[in-house]
Amino acid sequence: MSISKKQVDEVVIRFAGDSGDGMQLTGGRFTETTAVVGNDLSTLPDFPAEIRAPAGSLAGVSAFQIKFSSKDIHTPGDVPDVLVAMNPAALKVHQSDVPPGGTIICNSAAFNPRNLKLAGYDSNPLEDKTLDDYFTVYSIDMSRMVSEACKDLDLSPKLVDRSKNFYALGLLFWMYDRPLKSTEDWLAKKFAKKPEIIESNVRALNAGYNYGETTEIFTTRYTVDKANLPPGKYRNVVGNYALSMGLAAAAERSKLELFLGSYPITPASDILHTLSAWKHLGIKTFQAEDEIAGITSALGAAFSGSLAITTTSGPGIALKGEAMGLAVITELPLVVINVQRGGPSTGLPTKTEQSDLMQAMYGRNGEAPMPILASSTPGDCFYVAYEACRIAVKYMTPVMLLTDGYLANGSEPWIVPDIKELPPIDVKFADKSNIVDGQFMPYLRNKDTLARPWAKPGTENLEHRIGGIEKEDVTGNVNYDPENHHFMVKTRALKVQNIANELPPTDVFGEKSGDLLILSWGGTQGACRSATEALVNDGKKVSHIHLRWINPLPNDLGGLLIKFKHVLIPEINLGQLIKIIRAEYLIDAIGLNKVKGKPISSAEIQDNVKKILEK
Amino acid sequence: MSESTQVKYTRKDFTSDQAVRWCPGCGDYSILTQTQKVFPDLGRKKEEFVFISGIGCSSRFPYYMHTYGFHSIHGRAPAIASGVKISRPDLSVWLVTGDGDGLSIGGNHTIHLLRRNIDLNVMLFNNRIYGLTKGQYSPTSEVGKVTKSTPLGSLDEPFNPLTLALGAGATFIARTIDKESKHMQEMITESYNHKGTSFLEIYQNCNIFNDGAFSNFTDRDTKSDTVLWLKDGEPMVFGADGNKGIRLDGNIPTVVELGDKWNKDDLLVHNKKDYMIASMLSNMTSKPDTPEPIGVLYAVDAPTYEDNIASQISSAVKNKPKSSIQDIINSGDTWVVK
Repeated sequence: MSISKKQVDEVVIRFAGDSGDGMQLTGGRFTETTAVVGNDLSTLPDFPAEIRAPAGSLAGVSAFQIKFSSKDIHTPGDVPDVLVAMNPAALKVHQSDVPPGGTIICNSAAFNPRNLKLAGYDSNPLEDKTLDDYFTVYSIDMSRMVSEACKDLDLSPKLVDRSKNFYALGLLFWMYDRPLKSTEDWLAKKFAKKPEIIESNVRALNAGYNYGETTEIFTTRYTVDKANLPPGKYRNVVGNYALSMGLAAAAERSKLELFLGSYPITPASDILHTLSAWKHLGIKTFQAEDEIAGITSALGAAFSGSLAITTTSGPGIALKGEAMGLAVITELPLVVINVQRGGPSTGLPTKTEQSDLMQAMYGRNGEAPMPILASSTPGDCFYVAYEACRIAVKYMTPVMLLTDGYLANGSEPWIVPDIKELPPIDVKFADKSNIVDGQFMPYLRNKDTLARPWAKPGTENLEHRIGGIEKEDVTGNVNYDPENHHFMVKTRALKVQNIANELPPTDVFGEKSGDLLILSWGGTQGACRSATEALVNDGKKVSHIHLRWINPLPNDLGGLLIKFKHVLIPEINLGQLIKIIRAEYLIDAIGLNKVKGKPISSAEIQDNVKKILEK
Repeated sequence: MSESTQVKYTRKDFTSDQAVRWCPGCGDYSILTQTQKVFPDLGRKKEEFVFISGIGCSSRFPYYMHTYGFHSIHGRAPAIASGVKISRPDLSVWLVTGDGDGLSIGGNHTIHLLRRNIDLNVMLFNNRIYGLTKGQYSPTSEVGKVTKSTPLGSLDEPFNPLTLALGAGATFIARTIDKESKHMQEMITESYNHKGTSFLEIYQNCNIFNDGAFSNFTDRDTKSDTVLWLKDGEPMVFGADGNKGIRLDGNIPTVVELGDKWNKDDLLVHNKKDYMIASMLSNMTSKPDTPEPIGVLYAVDAPTYEDNIASQISSAVKNKPKSSIQDIINSGDTWVVK
């Protein structure tokens, strides 16, 4: 039997296994190799909140999905073409997502009575043929193959068995015609001090590859051509890492010292980890005693003249609310980053959601408006982080930056930017020119931006006091006068609203009028763009607008919305942007709301649009 | 940082133009006055001082000091001050708090500040009552305190601030009293000179809601017998004619009369570097059989958090000189699309 090579446009693979099976790592290596061969790609890690749920249990299943393509893609794919299930629990959890005709590859060694029972199987699905009617199933004893390949190594059977994920990876590399070299190089670097571990993993990787090559089980190999991406130098980037780079880039361009005050929380902690490793850039990170100390230490650093950041997820934002109000009234620059996760309360810590928009808009006492912007893709996290810093110091305001678990852990190919080409961040601290009649006026505003001056402690003659009690305009003295309070409340709101004046014209994907406009924010951008492309190809008069800024909204948005018969707003919440849009523009927008801890699929959006257009 | 200055300041230089709004007769006035009096002599440029406070009567303090100041939110001053000092080790950072602000709502921040040993100066105004919210009991009120929120008496044991601070790893703990102006000036100066977190508890009379809380230690007729003025390296003598002292009976501090049986050589000699003595003294707080220790109980040298951060950064920079964020952006597996 000969093996044929088949060319396909796009493939979705899902690696699933026990938390201890190394599925995130396997997915990560597949991603890096796929990036280097030049496909466009998008990834979706999906792991449990439990660090080590009981081995073999349904709760302990960890998965990583990657979509790669010869075309420009926007999402990690709705359903997998190939499911790699390293144990029965992984099969149980993910089998229902595999469409009929899909491929399932299993490590048969893990399908023992104990694991089958833990996963709730009465009989072994690899033996009872229940899967064969619907799927192409490859049942491979990966554990035995790896053990054979490594039998002459001086390693315990347990350690050898840990290499089985590299066996699966090798097999997938063969199936999709990918080189092994970058993974071998990576292993050599990662385990430089443990040569026997490098050897066992490399052997497992090659054993998997050779299994595809030499056995006659597989009839087809697939090739996916390079994607026709815009020219440039690329790397693969994960959202939280991109965001960290964006913050550091803003520090570099503003010539400010970066200070991060933070408390560990999923899925935001990686930003703390990443910035903490960059001490050689002069970055100061402070793991505070709690969420409140995270933001208030950052606010202290902002008062002192640093580029101040605090990072967290929704529950942490709830705790930081009072301090954000303090940042609003003291008009200090501060970037508050919320990597959203499933809520309420502890909710679904490792799953994604967009349900903190109302909290971002209104989650503080008093009239306390904050600029809010949201990232649309993992790579975009870099640019929004930079933009949030730029706006914070320009307007002297706390800024809320929303990402989510899907963006934070997902990855995509990313054009390596030159930070010199980013918009400048010019910070001018207050000096003697801000002294009026011998007195420094901490609330004497810039006429254009309404920003108050930023006076660094240590500067002669600019001694002044700020605080949470209402301040008199200009002088900054404590003031309880009703007219002054009304004026200050309006001024703080106007300052935020004025940011809209510098936003670029809103980008409409598709025609500027039509039957239906899909309006999105945050991580649903990719699914909305894919759906729009498919619908337009299908002849539908559908367009897409994605919002980076939610507060303020772009000045031209209202005029664009009314050019469409329908406006559909897909969100991973019960309808939050839609309330703002309805209130702001008095239009009868329609919501598409799914709160399942995972991204909304392009297919769901397309179905929804078709239903609306048929009415 | 400049430890010396050409300019000679006076009290007026540290007085802001804002009207002081504490109740007439409040102990806070004296604390403000002593601070403004002693600051000109600290020998530091005025613009390098920063006062951070939380919420409460004491926390209005920054508005009255003509320095940089930040009146923040309830309990959070230690965290804000930490951010200021870590970001700007060149500044002299002062934290004004009270028994409610620093030990109740902000207790968590206070203990973590102390264990990190960030070089800033805490002035904790302890009046054993909530003043700004008009008279509820505080975490330092004595058991049985009758207030609006505890009409039948409070039930919970009070914190002893100095014991708490010592337990949290403080490197400097001291106590003074609002009416003892000269002593307070000394304690403020000692706080300033200590490198690391200095924790100064100030007994402060709230003449509206808890008048006379410390009158035992301030009244002319009682104070010589109720206060033990601590002097480093000297035996612990007190009493109107210096006729009493503290002697260790086993490990128990015991008051003895000097005379036939005991003389100064039998008394415990204060050593501010001795943790056991500090622990014993802090536990003598408001006990019926021993006088109240006032002064520096404990002061030891230890590395500060911000110095350690700076040395981590400088060694990281030494290991990777001339690297920039652009290098990090450019790194990793890259490929070129033409």
